[in-house]
Amino acid sequence: MLDLSPAEWTAVLLSLRIAIVATAFALPIGIAVGWLLARKKFWGKAVLDGLVHLPLVLPPVVTGYLLLISFGRKGLIGAFLADQFGIVFAFRWTGAALSCGIMGFPLLVRPIRLALEAIDRRFEDAAATLGANHLMVFLTITLPLALPGVIAGAVLCFARALGEFGATITFVSNIPGETQTISAAIYTFLQIPGGEAAAGRLVLLAIALALAALIASEWFARRAVMRFQGE
Amino acid sequence: MIVLAVDVEKRLGGFQLAARFEAARGVTALFGPSGAGKTSIVNMIAGLLAPDGGSITLDDTVLFDSAAGINVPPHRRRIGYVFQEDRLFPHLSVHQNLDYGRKMSGHPRDAKEFERVVTLLEIGRLLGRRPRMLSGGERQRVAIGRALLMRPRLLLLDEPLASLDAGHKREILPYFVRLRDDAGVPMVYVTHIAAELRRIATYVVRLDAGRVVAAGGIELLDDADVIG
Repeated sequence: MLDLSPAEWTAVLLSLRIAIVATAFALPIGIAVGWLLARKKFWGKAVLDGLVHLPLVLPPVVTGYLLLISFGRKGLIGAFLADQFGIVFAFRWTGAALSCGIMGFPLLVRPIRLALEAIDRRFEDAAATLGANHLMVFLTITLPLALPGVIAGAVLCFARALGEFGATITFVSNIPGETQTISAAIYTFLQIPGGEAAAGRLVLLAIALALAALIASEWFARRAVMRFQGE
Repeated sequence: MIVLAVDVEKRLGGFQLAARFEAARGVTALFGPSGAGKTSIVNMIAGLLAPDGGSITLDDTVLFDSAAGINVPPHRRRIGYVFQEDRLFPHLSVHQNLDYGRKMSGHPRDAKEFERVVTLLEIGRLLGRRPRMLSGGERQRVAIGRALLMRPRLLLLDEPLASLDAGHKREILPYFVRLRDDAGVPMVYVTHIAAELRRIATYVVRLDAGRVVAAGGIELLDDADVIG
């Protein structure tokens, strides 16, 4: 049905890899930040909250530009990471994963935070009296009870990462095989005469991927709820 | 022999709680009207609420001492707590709930002890279920089993019958009598209903407005039927 050319396949697989890596790295950080925002009072909490939500309200091009000047080869963080650890983001697929992760981050944190806020703390007290230390309470009680929120956040972040365009193309450009995601490929095909067919195939594929992610999250969320309610 | 010595102060909203009592083996009743500070005292013994001052000692262990700066966290106190509401973990089966304390404390599996508690509370046929599938009485029995299976040095029971209807109350009470006579774990039993205590208490501490107003045998209950 969908007869993709090798170049189109490359873009699809690259998009998936970028979205998966972005979500995988963002998830533990998102859980930690969600927990901080839900549970802790500290100086600068409003600043952290604002910072997390910034990618949602800034024009993506601005986010991409900020990434370019900070994580680029000559950027403060980028130069440091390249010199000290040999990690380079600029014009690499890893940079695309970074920008996608940052763009998806607010969508990841919000449901996790809400889920953590909704948990009945009395279960955690009960676990403590049964001998569970703070870490075990979190791992065996808090996190499982927040699981529907964690899944919802991860899926939203993944979907956002899969479709991210503005920040990514600004930060790491549009290099086939390296940083050209589905969105960037569609954009490129639409710029060249006779590219509509290829663009159309990728558009269909993008819709299919988004729907699949949505269905998967529904399924996971339902399973998580079933675990609480008994079969 | 004194098992538990409590001498605590705590400012709680509108009033000052200042309670001092000692408890021996058997069942010590904390008895008094709602708002007397019973649950706060039990939470302080469990380590869930920090007193403003004073001390709490269990056997030879100092659990809390404001002067010495000691406050043992709840997970290291080994005090079983049966709450007013069962607080069973909704995402775990009955079996996993019962086993939770043993796992977290790092004790080895003890099939005999597990069997003994399950038989005592008659919850064997519930093991595979989720808490949501249980009746109120069954839930509270599982909650008691969960607290017992962590091998507590002391068992706290905070109005364990409060959320149950009359039928379930009659169903649970005999288990407490059995617990007192068979398990040998000292218990602190909180309630505002004298009738519950007549059958199980060995020592009564009467509280009112955050103070201990009397302490002694169950004859203390006789002039207190008006409460509750």
